[in-house]
Formats: sequence, structure tokens, C-alpha cells
Amino acid sequence: MGLDFSILPAYADILWQGTLWTIALTVLSMFFSLAGGVVFAVLQLSRHAIIRWPVAGFAWLFMGTPLLLQLFLIYFGLVQIGLDLNAFVAGVIALSLHFAVYNSEIIRSAIVAVDKGQYEAARSLGLSQFQAMRKAIVPQAVANVTPALGNMMIALLKESALVSVIGVMELTLSAQRAISDSFRPFEFYIAAGAIYYVLNLGLEQAVRVAERRSAQYR
Amino acid sequence: MSEPIVKIRGLKKNFGSLQVLKGIDMDIDQGQIFALIGASGSGKSTLLRTINQLEEVTEGEIWFDGELVNQKLPHRQREAHLNRLRQNIGMVFQHFNLFPHLTAIENVTMAPLMLGRVNKAEAIEQAKKLLDKVGLSDRGDYYPSKLSGGQKQRVAIARSLAMNPKLMLFDEVTSALDPELVGEVNRVMKALAEEDMTMIIVTHDLRFAEDVSDHVIFMADGLVVEEGPPSLVFRAPQEDRTKSFLQQVFND
Repeated sequence: MGLDFSILPAYADILWQGTLWTIALTVLSMFFSLAGGVVFAVLQLSRHAIIRWPVAGFAWLFMGTPLLLQLFLIYFGLVQIGLDLNAFVAGVIALSLHFAVYNSEIIRSAIVAVDKGQYEAARSLGLSQFQAMRKAIVPQAVANVTPALGNMMIALLKESALVSVIGVMELTLSAQRAISDSFRPFEFYIAAGAIYYVLNLGLEQAVRVAERRSAQYR
Repeated sequence: MSEPIVKIRGLKKNFGSLQVLKGIDMDIDQGQIFALIGASGSGKSTLLRTINQLEEVTEGEIWFDGELVNQKLPHRQREAHLNRLRQNIGMVFQHFNLFPHLTAIENVTMAPLMLGRVNKAEAIEQAKKLLDKVGLSDRGDYYPSKLSGGQKQRVAIARSLAMNPKLMLFDEVTSALDPELVGEVNRVMKALAEEDMTMIIVTHDLRFAEDVSDHVIFMADGLVVEEGPPSLVFRAPQEDRTKSFLQQVFND
């Protein structure tokens, strides 16, 4: 049985649906993982150990265990304590938390690297700690690590395939459905791979634009 | 006689086991221009930075505008107290510390907007006036990276003035500048002095100190060695340490 890509158009619909779900999953998780990354980073720099330690412990836990396990824990585990999430929501939560932890490490080191004089200047104008962080420090820190965050976001897009195991009909699972119907694994895995690749090209472009815009002041 | 706007009593500051301020007393009246001079490590910058509490003090009192600056307060209250005080105390730094991700005009409008002093239109109008005042009305949309050192420092002065401070602190503001850019910053400060702004200027530029100040304080080893009007301190110093310092500087 040779390769025959002419089978694909018959399943265009399911692949398209899968692509849309992958995009939704990725975009939402990107947003929450970046916002969460900033929040965790700032909390980890708190003067109070009582704020720092739980966040550090949480980060350590999420960095030290597989994403797949976290996904299972959130989707299957939380039901036991009465939190019945639908698969998509569970997927977004797992991806967001997992990548928020990595993002926060990147952002935290960038915040520390911002010149101390910037903070002093902001405080000397009468801004509060929080205002100084928000207006003076964090924007610079994030601009300085846009390329590194961009790489995390590209990884996130690819890791979103893991969510297929809890039954979210994203691209990978859609390809599998098409395969179990057509018995053509090679064609559909290649097709799915090509779609991931194209999505990533688009994301890379977006990261490049973000990089240029965030660095336009240099 | 009215109360001095800044009153410092018995001020001491330790960094670990090192005592950098060993008991400073100082009274500054509204509209006075103080110059703090002395060798590096004499404590003059530290003294300046204690006034707006960028440095906490170990002992002593700092009063600003009738309020005890270094009050013992619970953290939250202390923060609120300092934020309020600092809005009335402008500070300009040796290395400018402009916000690099904001344009010149955004640097100036940031604090007034953030602190809800004015609406956006008012903030921009005021910032334009201030940039005009420091001679940079055509540079409002420039990012700091596109400005010269002298221009950056003038934007930094405008940024501080945007809060309408009652006191301005200048911490060696021309030390990091190329020599040919010092004049433009000094001119802005001089113009400010002529508007009766109260100013404390830490400087190595003794000619400028003599020219602009009406009271000079010579510090060494964390103490005030000699003080008085510039004509006396510079032309007829009494203390040996002042004499040798001036000799050293003017012979260079």
C-alpha cells in the first residue's frame, strides 16, 4: 500500500476543526501563561517569605513533574474533590500553569537584571512599589526576554498535542480519528505535522514582530 | 522666622559596620541653594539620599516641610507616608535613570498620570512646557537611547519637575557627562535656582557650586567639616582639610 495523499480532502473538515481547537487551546494558554508568569515572577520577588515560598514550591512542583501527569491530575484527579472540569478547560489550565512556571523563571531573572536606578527613579517620583514594578520595571524586563518567551510559546503550541490524551479534539486527536476511519496513519500524521509547522511559522513571525516592537526603544 | 523646609538633626548612617554619616545637622530654608562638596566617600551622596529615604537612616531625624520623614511606622503606613513625601521631593541622578522604554514626553507625564494628579491632556500640556523649559521641546517623541547625555539629564530634570516638588535633590548630575555637555545641564539648574526652587546639589563641579549656591557644605569622613556662603568657603576656608581639598581639586 503506497502513499496516497488524495485521501486528505475527504477529511479536511475534521482536520480544520482540529486546527481551530489547537489554535484556541494555544492562544488561551499563551495568554494565561504569560500573565501568570508575570504574577508568579513578581510574587517570587516579594519581601515576605510567606508569599515567596508557596509560589516557589508550586513552581518546583510544576517544573519537576511531567506535563502529562499534571494534565491527568487536573482532569481526572480534581473530579474526586468535586471539580469536574471539561477536557478543554482542564487542558488550558494545565498548559497555562505549566508554562507560567517556566515563563516566570525567565521574567524573574529579567526583572532582577533591570538596573536598580530604574526602581529608585520611579520610587523617588512617589510611585508605590507596585506602580514602579508595573510601569517601570516589568515592561523593560519583558521586552528584554521577548525572544526567550517566544521560544516558550512555540514549545507550548507543540506541547498542546498532549491534551489529545484527555479527549480534546485538537489537531493530533483529529488526525487520529481520521486515521482510525481511513487506516492511513502516514498521510494524516504528515498532514497534521505540516499544519503544526505552518502554525509555528505564523507564531514565529508574530514573535519576531513582538520582538521588534518591544525593542523599538533601543 | 519661618521653619526651615529641611531640618536634619544628629543624622547617622551605618552600612554594616561602616559608619558613613557620623552626626549631621542641617537647616535649609525655603528657596535656598545648598551645595554639598567633598571627596568621594565623604558621605554627601548618602546624605542626599536619606532625605527622600532612598537610604534609611540609622539614627537621628530628618524633617521635611514640618513632617518627620523617618518616622517609625508599620510597613504599609510607612510606604504611604514616603510616597506622599517623595511626590514633593524631586530627585535627579548621576546616571539619569530615564525610563528607556518610554519617550521623553512619556517619561515626564508618567508619574503625574500614574498618581492621578492630572488628566492626560493636562499632563501632556504640562510636559510640553517643561520640555520647552529645559530646551527640548523638539525631542518629546524621542526615546532616551536617541538622546545625548546632556539631553537625557535635562529630560530627567523635567520629569522631576512634573510633580511640582518643593525641593529638588541633585546627585552628581553632571559627573557622568562629557565635558562639553555639562554646561547645558548647569544652565537649566541655574535657571531653576533663579526661580527660587529649594535645591540641594551634590557636586564635584566646584566652579558651578560657587556660581549657583548660597550655602556650601564641605564634608569629609561622614561629618560636616566646614560650611558657609560660597565666598567664604571657597575664598577663605578656615579648616585645614577644606584648604587641602580645594587645593587638590583646583590644581587638577
